[in-house]
Amino acid sequence: MVEMFVDITLFVMLVATAIAIVRMRQLFGVVMMAGVFSLLSAMLLVALDAVDVAFTEAAVGAGISTVLMLSTLTLTSRIEIPATRSPLIPLLVVTVTGAAIIYGTLDMPSFGDPNAPAQVGVAAQYLAQSPEEIGIPNVVTVILAGYRSFDTLGEVAVVFTAGVGVLMLISGLRRRRRKPDNESRGKTS
Amino acid sequence: MFDVDFILGHLNYWLFTVLMMTGLYIVVAKGNLIKKIVGLNLFQTAVFMFYISLSKVTGGTAPIFPVDMKIDPTVVYSNPLPHVLILTAIVVGISTTSLALALVVRISEEFGTIEEDEILAITTELSHLENKELGEAMGGRG
Repeated sequence: MVEMFVDITLFVMLVATAIAIVRMRQLFGVVMMAGVFSLLSAMLLVALDAVDVAFTEAAVGAGISTVLMLSTLTLTSRIEIPATRSPLIPLLVVTVTGAAIIYGTLDMPSFGDPNAPAQVGVAAQYLAQSPEEIGIPNVVTVILAGYRSFDTLGEVAVVFTAGVGVLMLISGLRRRRRKPDNESRGKTS
Repeated sequence: MFDVDFILGHLNYWLFTVLMMTGLYIVVAKGNLIKKIVGLNLFQTAVFMFYISLSKVTGGTAPIFPVDMKIDPTVVYSNPLPHVLILTAIVVGISTTSLALALVVRISEEFGTIEEDEILAITTELSHLENKELGEAMGGRG
C-alpha cells in the first residue's frame, strides 16, 4: 500500500511537470523541466526496483541530455512562438491513440504478478543460473555484459553511428558562421 | 471485470499511458523543434517506465545478490531482463536525441528559425521561386 502511495505521488508530480512543459514558452524552462522529469522518473524507477536503470536515467536523462539541449538553445533561439493551429486535431489524435493503448492493456497481467509470462521465461533462468555460471552479485550486470553482451555491441554501433552523424552535421559550423554570405546561405536569408 | 483488484493492478499502465500521450501531444501540437524533441523524450521515458513496471514482482527487491553470494531462496527478486533492455534503450535514446539536436542546429543555421510554420513557409516560397525559374527557362509566361 505504501508502494502504491509513493507511485501515485511521484506520478502526479510527473504529470504536473509534463503539463508545465506543454504550457511553457521559455525554452530554457522547458529544458529544465525535462531534467526534473527525468529525475522524478529515476525516483519512480527506484520504487520499481530498477536501481541500475534509475542510475542511468539520472545520469543520462537529467545530465547529458540537459547539457545537449542547453547547448542547442545557445545556438538557436530561446523563445517558442505560439502555434497558430488549433489544438483540436492533436487532442483527438492523442485521445484515440491513448484509448487504443489502454484497450491493449486490459488483458495484460496485473502489476507485480509473479506468474506473468515475463517473469517465468528466460529471465527466471538467468536469475537461477547466474550464481553458478558467472558469480557476480548484480544480475543486471551479468545479463548486460554476459548473457546479452551482443546487445551492448549493437548499442556501441548505434552510439558510434550517431556520433559520426552529429560530427558530420555540425562540423564546420564556426567556419560557416564567420562568413555568412556564403553561396549555400545566400538565397534563404 | 472492472473490480478494485483489476483497477489497482492496471492503474500503473494507464498512468504511464497518460504520460506517453502528453509527450505525443507535445510532438504533434507544438511547432518549436526543440520542444518537439523534449516531447519525444517524455514519450520515451514514459515507455521506459512502463516497460520497467512489467518487471516488478510484488514483494520483490532489486535483482542484486548479497556480496558473499549466499542466496536466501525465500527472497524474491524482480525480473532483471527488462532492466537490461531499458539500459540499452536509454543510451540509444540519448544518441538519437543528440542527432536530432544536431539536425535542429543545422536547420536553424539554414533557415534562421526553428519554428515549424516558418520553415514550411520558407520552403514553400523557395519551391515557388524555383518553379517560376524553371517555367521561364522552358518558355512559359513567367
